[in-house]
Amino acid sequence: MEYLDADLLYGEELLDHEVHTACGSDMMSDVLAFVKDQAVLLTGLINPQSIRTAEMMDMTCIVFVRGKEPAPAVVELAEEKGICVLRTQHPMFAACGILYSHGLRGGGHI
Amino acid sequence: MKLHFDVPGDDFTRAGEASGQVKQKMKQLGFPADVVRKVSIALYEGEINMVIHAGGGEVDVDIDPHCISLLLTDHGPGIEDVSLAMQDGWSTAPDHVRNLGFGAGMGLPNMKKYSDEMEIESTVGVGTTVRMKIFNP
Repeated sequence: MEYLDADLLYGEELLDHEVHTACGSDMMSDVLAFVKDQAVLLTGLINPQSIRTAEMMDMTCIVFVRGKEPAPAVVELAEEKGICVLRTQHPMFAACGILYSHGLRGGGHI
Repeated sequence: MKLHFDVPGDDFTRAGEASGQVKQKMKQLGFPADVVRKVSIALYEGEINMVIHAGGGEVDVDIDPHCISLLLTDHGPGIEDVSLAMQDGWSTAPDHVRNLGFGAGMGLPNMKKYSDEMEIESTVGVGTTVRMKIFNP
């Protein structure tokens, strides 16, 4: 959160959760196809399907990039599913690079 | 255990509700996480397809300790060429669907990938039925 200069939209109590892997995509089917055991999803897609995709993949945190503001209903859905939601002003490439440089890895394979 | 869901065709935001409920139920029943995830993803992609292409449909789930059977039925336009639709990246979804994060032509391939058995019956102008099985070894 600090590295990304991110705002917390939901999940204060989930912030202690340790994560090692992440992926970034705006196409949810790509996330569903090629990702395995990633904990963090970085995306510019702010509709409810980003939350549902994270839910299906057992992801614990979503980072909305490019400063995008999801609708309250989307944050409420994340709350219902127990998924932490952050928002950063960084664009996708930069946000992924920052997390990678601090040790997060892809963890998936095709 | 048998579960039935209606998938509304007019509300994209609700696509995935059935998958979420099935996932929750399977977790409660103590299925292994990888089996739960396979079922969730296969069903989720199916729900999305029904909303994008077919104006909604119905989902029937039969949860048996050793096999989860998914039956997805719609009365949409049908699939003209199923083998083409099964190819990675092949999509007839309009641009607005891509803006919603789908329509990359990975829906049916993902369903095939995460299910252990899959059959598609489709008749143009009548609808599509997809049967999937995921085994719990």
